[in-house]
Amino acid sequence: MSKYLLNKFLYTIDRDPGLVERYRADPRGTVAWWEAERANVILNCTGQERSTWLTFTDTEREALASHDYVKLFELGAHCFLTLTLFIALFERDYAEPLGFQREYATRLGHFSLPYPDIST
Amino acid sequence: MATVAAVIASTHHPFYYRASTAAGADRPPFADEWVAKIEAFRETLTRARPDLLVMVGSDHFHQLWLDNMPQFLVGKAPFYDANFYNEEREFGLPRMRLTGHEELSAYLLRQGLDAGFDLAFSNELRVDHSITCPLVTLRPQADLPIVPVYTNIFAPPLPQPKRFVQLGRTIRQLVEAWPGDQRVAIIGTGHLSLELGGPRQFGPHGPDPAFDRKAVEWIASGDLDAALAQVSLDSLWEPGNATHGFMDFMLMMGVAGDNVKADYADSLDLFHTMEAYFTWHPEGKP
Repeated sequence: MSKYLLNKFLYTIDRDPGLVERYRADPRGTVAWWEAERANVILNCTGQERSTWLTFTDTEREALASHDYVKLFELGAHCFLTLTLFIALFERDYAEPLGFQREYATRLGHFSLPYPDIST
Repeated sequence: MATVAAVIASTHHPFYYRASTAAGADRPPFADEWVAKIEAFRETLTRARPDLLVMVGSDHFHQLWLDNMPQFLVGKAPFYDANFYNEEREFGLPRMRLTGHEELSAYLLRQGLDAGFDLAFSNELRVDHSITCPLVTLRPQADLPIVPVYTNIFAPPLPQPKRFVQLGRTIRQLVEAWPGDQRVAIIGTGHLSLELGGPRQFGPHGPDPAFDRKAVEWIASGDLDAALAQVSLDSLWEPGNATHGFMDFMLMMGVAGDNVKADYADSLDLFHTMEAYFTWHPEGKP
């Protein structure tokens, strides 16, 4: 399990307007591309000096590819990163202000304390 | 020696900018009351006539990332660009450019290291809404040089609450010992109970009003003994999964001093989270 890599995906997509739209339109393709091309890029290093070991588990890959934020919560992805990116993806589809955020809370309603551990 | 002209602790609410500038049908019903409270709070800084601002906040996974995460970091740069694309996108926050005060940054770094805090530093720091929200509320002209101090309240493992308090006490001592005649305001922002990305988010109030009432009382009365006795890294998950931001309030209680009552305290019960505003005037009421 790689909570770090889940977070890295959420973080690097969220900060790039083009990738936000790409992930909204084609989640499965974006996840496959990102894992192949970006997962091992060290953000403060040049392209040649990459990591060699970072991959998603099947469960993690499927959670991202299916936009499943409930599963991401269960897997211990950082709650702030997931929320911020998914607001960017889906808030626009809701007429009511905060409609998406409130549905998000409702869909997580079966979780009680302690929540899944977000430590990396 | 420098003078601590004001100590200010506040929540930072990224929705304030949009709510306060919205008009007509877009203006939320609570905006007028919120603006009135903020303008009264702003007066407490204005009247203190600060020359520069030490600003305590926390990066929200903008520039600082899990491959290299500092616990406490002091910016040392001549300028700080501010706010990020995702803050423009979600909150409508404007991009800003702030002036730095490198001399005080260098002093706090050197003296802080010598006082037992292994502070990280940054010579090129883009600051986020934890720094810009209190500027929007307290000093919207953003005309004073700043020293940003970032804390990790976000990415476990976190420092213990007592360490935040100790750092606050040290910042106060160091500023008061800084040679010169500058008037320094020390401003820090954090959270009361807060849930982000969890089942208790965006409710009609903050996720734990009982915690909020207790926390406001601790801060207003400077009751660090009670806060330290009742708050731990584990306990802070209970009021809401982002409540570790309360440790920045505890840092500011360290700056203000043990059992020193706030000269100004106000709060506003909003959806999602409670707002709270505190000012200490160490020289007496200005």
